[in-house]
Amino acid sequence: MSFFNAVVAIVWKDIRAELRTKDIFSSMFVFALLAVIIFNFAFELRVPDMKMVAPGIIWVAITFAGTLGLNRAFVIEQDKGSLAGLLLAPIDRSAIYFGKMLSSLLFMVIVEIILLPLVMVFFNLPLLTWQQLLVLLLGTYGFAAVGTVFSGMAVNTRAREVLLPILLFPVVLPVLIAGVKMTGALLDGEPFSSLTNWLRLILVYDVAFTIVAYLTFGFVVEE
Amino acid sequence: MARSYRGLLVLTVIAGLGILAAAVLALIVAPNAAGLTPNEMYAQRIIYFHVPCAWLSMLAFGVTMAGSIGYLVSGRRRWDNLAVSSAEIGIAFTLAAIASGSIWAKPAWNTWWTWDPRLTTYTIVLLLYIAYFMLRSAMEDPARRARFAAVYGIFAFISVPITFFSIRWWKTIHPVLVANSQNTENWGLSAHMRPVFFFSLAAFTLFYVVLLLHRLRLEDTKEQVDEVKEGLGY
Repeated sequence: MSFFNAVVAIVWKDIRAELRTKDIFSSMFVFALLAVIIFNFAFELRVPDMKMVAPGIIWVAITFAGTLGLNRAFVIEQDKGSLAGLLLAPIDRSAIYFGKMLSSLLFMVIVEIILLPLVMVFFNLPLLTWQQLLVLLLGTYGFAAVGTVFSGMAVNTRAREVLLPILLFPVVLPVLIAGVKMTGALLDGEPFSSLTNWLRLILVYDVAFTIVAYLTFGFVVEE
Repeated sequence: MARSYRGLLVLTVIAGLGILAAAVLALIVAPNAAGLTPNEMYAQRIIYFHVPCAWLSMLAFGVTMAGSIGYLVSGRRRWDNLAVSSAEIGIAFTLAAIASGSIWAKPAWNTWWTWDPRLTTYTIVLLLYIAYFMLRSAMEDPARRARFAAVYGIFAFISVPITFFSIRWWKTIHPVLVANSQNTENWGLSAHMRPVFFFSLAAFTLFYVVLLLHRLRLEDTKEQVDEVKEGLGY
């Protein structure tokens, strides 16, 4: 089985499992929506224009919901013992990484695509542009690239899910900063070309951590 | 073992004398900084303490990453011992750097704390290595603990420069206090300050090496105790 086929097979397995239960997607989406609504009440009375806080709200909601999804990604593998099956399969360990990472990324992106129009309606902001979606995708990729490795570690510890945000947030901070900055700049009507620095930063982050994750993931799932 | 321990003791005494000498040099011998109010002038002497601490915390976490890579490549416990020992010392120096910087910032910036890139990065670094130790303490199996901690040690150290740049750009759009902090960069050190500064840097680095050797010895002793216990059927 080629590397590419193995990755696709794992992503497809996750999609099919998700289509049957809809556990991850529904909890992620409802959680993200709740986060947006709670932020609305937390800020509305003191902030003159929701445009000022909307980028932060979007990214925090995505970060929290993404953490929820990443946790589930490995908890289900662990609980049903299917991770052992994956490890026994004659495929490269990094294929498991890319499979799990891409399926987590896919679930997060779907949540974002549904969440964004809702935020747009709630706060009356022009959010649905291809630039915004590209920024979201790049940020979410970095988040999933790092998060998948940490999630694989966290489920094997005594603290399990509790540990993931503590491990993940300090490492993923540049993504959050760059994401909030870019979403905010686009909302302020700045041209896409003014974001070059931030795009470069997030690309460096994405590439660097994909390589590190590729090299180290084998040690995380090794028994 | 006994002979190497005697060597370590000698080194420890030298490092202690070095720190004492650095303190005397920094507080008495070093010239006053020009063009500052008296309060700022006293506070300025923190540079002989603050900068070595900051440098050592980075060196220590760099050594942690080197130990982590070494462990993943070779699978030998000694590398993990090196990584964890260095990370512990690194946390101590990070706290020392944050505390001393805060004491300096009060007279210089008129505030204990600001969300300046360096300060913010250091806070994140502190959180990264607190997470490192939380990860370690959440596992019993030593081999798995060493493996996971090694992976995290690599991720954490690589993220530090990216975090620093992201925070710096984030702040440049609101250049409130950053301008101040960049001034300190340009202050530079006069010809009379430089020898004191570099002596202090060397003394602290030796201090770090000694601490690391002691900490590694402690880890060795721990392993010996475990072996003896196992031999006795505990």
